[in-house]
Amino acid sequence: MTRVADRQAPPAASLAHLVRDAGLAALVAALLAVPLLGFRLNVSAQGLSLEYRLPWILYAAAAVFAGRLLLSLAARSLWPQVRQRSRGFGARFPSNTNVIVGWVLIGGALVLPWLPFADPRFLSVATLVLIYVMLGWGLNIVVGLAGLLDLGYVAFYAIGAYSFALLSMNFGLSFWICLPLAGILGAFFGILLGFPVLRLRGDYLAIVTLGFGEIIRVILLNWQAVTNGPDGITDIPRPTLFGLSFESPFRGPLHGTGFADFLGVPYSPMQWMFFIYYLILLLALGTTLFAQRMRRLPTGRAWEALREDEIACKSLGMNPVTVKLSAFAIGASFAGLAGCFFAARQGFISPESFTFIESATILAIVVLGGMGSQIGIVLAAMLLVGLPEWFRNLAEYRMIAFGGAMVLIMIWRPGGLLSRRDPTVTLGEGPAESMRPAPAAESPR
Amino acid sequence: MVAVNDVMLDVQHLSMRFGGLTAIDDLSFIARRGDITALIGPNGAGKTTVFNCLTGFYRPSVGKLEFTQASGRKFLLERMPDFRIARDAKVIRTFQNIRLFTGMSVLENLVVAQHLRLTRASGYAVAGLLHLATYRKAERRAVEHARYWLDRIGLTTAADLAAGNLPYGSQRRLEIARAMCAGPELLCLDEPAAGLNPRESDELSDLLLDIRREHDISVLLIEHDMSVVMQISDHVVVLDHGACIADGAPAEVRADPAVISAYLGTAEEDAAAMQQGRQG
Repeated sequence: MTRVADRQAPPAASLAHLVRDAGLAALVAALLAVPLLGFRLNVSAQGLSLEYRLPWILYAAAAVFAGRLLLSLAARSLWPQVRQRSRGFGARFPSNTNVIVGWVLIGGALVLPWLPFADPRFLSVATLVLIYVMLGWGLNIVVGLAGLLDLGYVAFYAIGAYSFALLSMNFGLSFWICLPLAGILGAFFGILLGFPVLRLRGDYLAIVTLGFGEIIRVILLNWQAVTNGPDGITDIPRPTLFGLSFESPFRGPLHGTGFADFLGVPYSPMQWMFFIYYLILLLALGTTLFAQRMRRLPTGRAWEALREDEIACKSLGMNPVTVKLSAFAIGASFAGLAGCFFAARQGFISPESFTFIESATILAIVVLGGMGSQIGIVLAAMLLVGLPEWFRNLAEYRMIAFGGAMVLIMIWRPGGLLSRRDPTVTLGEGPAESMRPAPAAESPR
Repeated sequence: MVAVNDVMLDVQHLSMRFGGLTAIDDLSFIARRGDITALIGPNGAGKTTVFNCLTGFYRPSVGKLEFTQASGRKFLLERMPDFRIARDAKVIRTFQNIRLFTGMSVLENLVVAQHLRLTRASGYAVAGLLHLATYRKAERRAVEHARYWLDRIGLTTAADLAAGNLPYGSQRRLEIARAMCAGPELLCLDEPAAGLNPRESDELSDLLLDIRREHDISVLLIEHDMSVVMQISDHVVVLDHGACIADGAPAEVRADPAVISAYLGTAEEDAAAMQQGRQG
């Protein structure tokens, strides 16, 4: 397998060919424009009347013709350079650059709340991005390392969130006790999902996990007595820091000492924002530290070997059942932790927060970031979660931008933004090279 | 320690049917400890099916596959799932179409093969996560062991390259080294010389002979390259249409008219005549 799929640049097409191509595109555009642009329904006092807009169809066809022609001309002159550049992209970063970039990102994340532009809105977006970074890193264990395409990852996130909400509301357990419990419950459900899908790979696995995600959501929606159904659970208590509460003193009497009182500073909602920001940063860093170290252990190597070739794994005496279940369980436990945090941060959860689109977003983060690349996942999370949150007033264009970004990245960097894999152990006797893992969807069944 | 040349693998009345197709029909043979046993036969004779039955990838329809380790421990392979045959009985195989972990480095391929020992040393990941010295030492030992095999197959300088980018012949050798790193008692090689040039086949023969001599490992070999088979094997079993048609030393088998007719597709009498002609 070559590092970047050796795709040939299109043959330098003749001008006549390009014109014909553009003409074809214009014809398609014209046909599409007939129903879309060709008629207009006018509502007036006299009733409805239909207006025919022939010129609009011509404009549309002309625009498409010109655009297509320009695009293919540009592609013809630029294509080789573009391919060249994207080919060398991954190779230009030696492995210690990754480490440096990682530390710079961690340092940036640590000082971020203190920067002058860090208003509550910014911090809340940053916190949300970090939740998705953590989820991405967790899912990366399942999809990126073990190569098991999981479309129902949000189910474990929901399990973590509901386990904290229910345990704290019904039994009064604190966040810090519920956090490990949520992780354990996530792992438990990960194994529960893992068992029936052990024999499945690729698309089949994706379908079953997709179903699992929906089952959990539907249960949460309909088990009114426990989950309060579509109304969700409100007033989930906020976590405390060593018993110091972050509740607003204006909302009523505090349980225990307030954080602000303890330090003798006036209460400010920013204290809470800072607290949860650093909490998720800690959780996310814990996730990546764990995943990085796990990758260098026999278990982690077994995950990657399983992704590469399950039959060869068996021929070497690895039990694929334990390898898969460990990947599912560990990936799911991180989703459980993230879900617990999510419930604590929002103070309100409902099944609406755990729809398929969340799974798809997390998977998109992993795939766009580059399978197995920790930093790539951070970039992709900023791109896919941070930007849409920031530009909320352009929400109607969000899906267009989302789809456009996906298409562009898949064309130029089919392995993801940063797709490189450093060996987990090196001999250092000869040249080293970074590898590209096989995408989960293409792995042999 | 059991005496050398005792029976290591005893295949009795092995049959494998896929629906109406009988791939192996009442096959019995033995492989002795310390021998290189070759399984040959024309295409479609059922050689790889025998391998798949031995290594648990198929469950035989009928038959008993008894494997005895040097320690005297016996295993009934037909009752064990594939990964346990490799893990417990230590029967490790390679594949006709090479199955390396192509996206991982050459060295990683060899370290993954030592998975069982390392997993135990890492305390099922706990000691490894804590970065304890015991695990670090075990990993160093695994890398040294891998390095020994890299030196043997001449791939030391390629250790940190992606296994999938190696040339074909090197991939073949790497797959054998990977199987050796898994610590086999019986090494099953499915057409290891396929696609190799004559020089590479010779190197392969030497490697296999060395493995047998230095590591007390028995080899079961499927091979089409007769020069390799005749050069290195102690015992040849010939299959045709799923049945054993000849069984013996290489020279005996080569002279067997049934074998000649199976390979050349001639009638029995023609083969016999040919045989006479050659002798005369």
